[in-house]
Amino acid sequence: MSTKVVMEALSPTMEEGRLVEWKKQEGEAVAVGDVLAEVETDKAVMELVARAGGTLLKQVVQAGTTVPVSELVAVIGEPGEKVEGPAGPPADREAPGKKAAARTQPAESQATQPTPDRNRPTSMPPASPAGPAADTNGQPAPASRPPPPAAPSGGRVKASPLARRMAAERGIDIATLPGSGPEGRVVARDVEESRPTAAKAGPAAPATAVRVPAGQPYQDVPLSQIRKTIARRLAQSIGPIPTFYLTTEVDMERAREAREGLLAAGGEKVSFNDIILKAVALALRRHPECNAWWQDDHIRYWNEVHVSMAVAIDEGLITPVIRHTDLKSLREISAESRDLAGRARERKLAPEEYTGGTFSVSNLGMLDIDEFTAVINPPEAGILAVGRMAERPVAHEGAVAIRRRMRLTMSCDHRVIDGATGARFLQTLKGMLENPLAMVY
Amino acid sequence: MAIVTYRDALNQALREEMQRDADVFLMGEEVGVYQGAYKVSRGLLDEFGPMRVVDTPITELGFAGVGVGAAMAGLRPVIEFMTWNFALLAIDQLVNSAAKMRYMSGGQVGVPAVFRGPGGSALQLASQHSQAFESYYAHIPGLKVVMPATPADAKGLLKSAIRDDDPIVFIEGEMLYNTKGEVPEGEHVVPLGLADVKRSGGDVTIVCHSKTVSLALKAADELAGEGIEAEVVDLRTVRPLDSETILSSVARTHRCVVAEEGWPFAGIGAQVVDTVQREVFDELDAPVFRVTGADVPMPYNKHLERAAKVDAGKIVAAVNQVLYRERDE
Repeated sequence: MSTKVVMEALSPTMEEGRLVEWKKQEGEAVAVGDVLAEVETDKAVMELVARAGGTLLKQVVQAGTTVPVSELVAVIGEPGEKVEGPAGPPADREAPGKKAAARTQPAESQATQPTPDRNRPTSMPPASPAGPAADTNGQPAPASRPPPPAAPSGGRVKASPLARRMAAERGIDIATLPGSGPEGRVVARDVEESRPTAAKAGPAAPATAVRVPAGQPYQDVPLSQIRKTIARRLAQSIGPIPTFYLTTEVDMERAREAREGLLAAGGEKVSFNDIILKAVALALRRHPECNAWWQDDHIRYWNEVHVSMAVAIDEGLITPVIRHTDLKSLREISAESRDLAGRARERKLAPEEYTGGTFSVSNLGMLDIDEFTAVINPPEAGILAVGRMAERPVAHEGAVAIRRRMRLTMSCDHRVIDGATGARFLQTLKGMLENPLAMVY
Repeated sequence: MAIVTYRDALNQALREEMQRDADVFLMGEEVGVYQGAYKVSRGLLDEFGPMRVVDTPITELGFAGVGVGAAMAGLRPVIEFMTWNFALLAIDQLVNSAAKMRYMSGGQVGVPAVFRGPGGSALQLASQHSQAFESYYAHIPGLKVVMPATPADAKGLLKSAIRDDDPIVFIEGEMLYNTKGEVPEGEHVVPLGLADVKRSGGDVTIVCHSKTVSLALKAADELAGEGIEAEVVDLRTVRPLDSETILSSVARTHRCVVAEEGWPFAGIGAQVVDTVQREVFDELDAPVFRVTGADVPMPYNKHLERAAKVDAGKIVAAVNQVLYRERDE
């Protein structure tokens, strides 16, 4: 029995993917977990993995073709087995617009697994070697119960009206949710279960062992009346995320001394941005009220600190996350941020590596920007915009001195963070950067 | 409150209304000397005499027509059918005379008559005597269809029906006559057109009427043991349909099951489903499921009859479907 390989949703928002390159040719043996092809999603270039073993009988689309999610791309089966697939000349099927193939043939065994849910990335790694419909011999298992397809053929998502409404209200793309109802219908519980966005995300790529303290990763606090009123009134005033901005100027002389001291002691090079990330994480630990998500009917105060860092890439920007930033050493943060930024530019990040942050940092100092305001990355409640470090004349100990100064501007979601709350966080952060020993205090 | 049987609650309603209004009279087969085939009219002949408690020959079309005429002339007849299975012979009087008179006389002549008797199946009465005909009458503009499930509602609704100025089809449950329940002392009137939430719950709405109310409550008990809280909405009046109560319940529970004794095609449940899907489409997390009698003439064989009838287990199964509880199916 042959198994159909369909275009999988490899990122939470992916609707179609461009098949960049076939890694297996027709007639080649394929084992479960083998990379069949490289696929460019809206976010990254990722691997399409075999969920069943056998022989690659047919490449239904040519490299370079853009294919909607859940459309047929290949067939795996026994050598010599007749391909039950679309008839007609291949040219008919190569055009991305032609969807007849997967539509008219209900797959007798679905070779895909449900869409990786952005909210539970670790539970469903997109490159998981073991597909659900294969046994250990790499043979397709009898498809007694095929997993629900992520999106039914033709791209229409089956969902109950209630699930659609709930997803729209929560800003969740319904196409990214695996449906647990009949024939993969997305029902209310699927939307509900998707809510703890990235809550279960573990630490990402460079597998530094981080000691994560036991206990709840976050605490959900219902909105008090005053918070509700603040949220409603301010959103009416300046848009869906009522943002305000706080700016402070930081003296970076001692941070520079500390950085040079580390280098002199033979350590690896750490950047000022690494020091800022570390300080932000520790300041968030002391001000959990700024380490929070706005969740419409409640606020999620995180007990874990996952700092997102904005990385400019050719096509725009992406915010990889350094998990448990507060628990990592400066050296670990430095190595990890370098790795994440590098892979971000190559568009090789997995979805779980750029989702689930609790606070963001954006730095345009290297582009000579003195100060700027950054746009909040919802549901996070704050983002710190870091300006360039520059020598400026300042009053210092009763005289005008030339000192290295840097401006930090924090954008705050006023529904979560009030003026004084954000100011106290910035004060702590400033204190840490001006006196790095305060970080270990 | 007194514990009263369904049959005695109806008897109270008849007696109280006949005492209150001398224009009210009872007519039908065996209602007088025999005191009613189901003893609903016990004691009424003695109390009110043969002018107001009238035994008729076995002539359903005839005495239904006399009832319509008496109502047009200003009386308030209560016409008893021994069962609604026999009333098929009289349906012409109900549909073509009673239901149309106010309209066709330009509002000059109404028909304040109540046509009442047991409907639905009992036990092994076979195809011709086990039928639920409420959807026949609910189809007709001009008729109101009332179907009490409890003794209290039986009394309160019959009193409202007798006082109503339009023709009422009042269908009792043959298997309900012996059921007991609390009935408020003294004057107790239940308005027509109002459904009643017989049990509150947040997980699923079960819409039902007449005999299926007790089945739905039994199903709800069973489901509660599994942590599912079902809301049981008793229509009480099938027409006019109390959409408001149904819709506000479904808007809260997001799932709906409609149970009825009759056949599925063009049944009462179909009407409920139509309203629900149109009015609260965005609240629905599952298609509305119906539980009905099987789409066959009622078998006489005891086991087949059981298989053809609605029971609590079938309602539980439908609830599990709309709650997607059988994930593995």
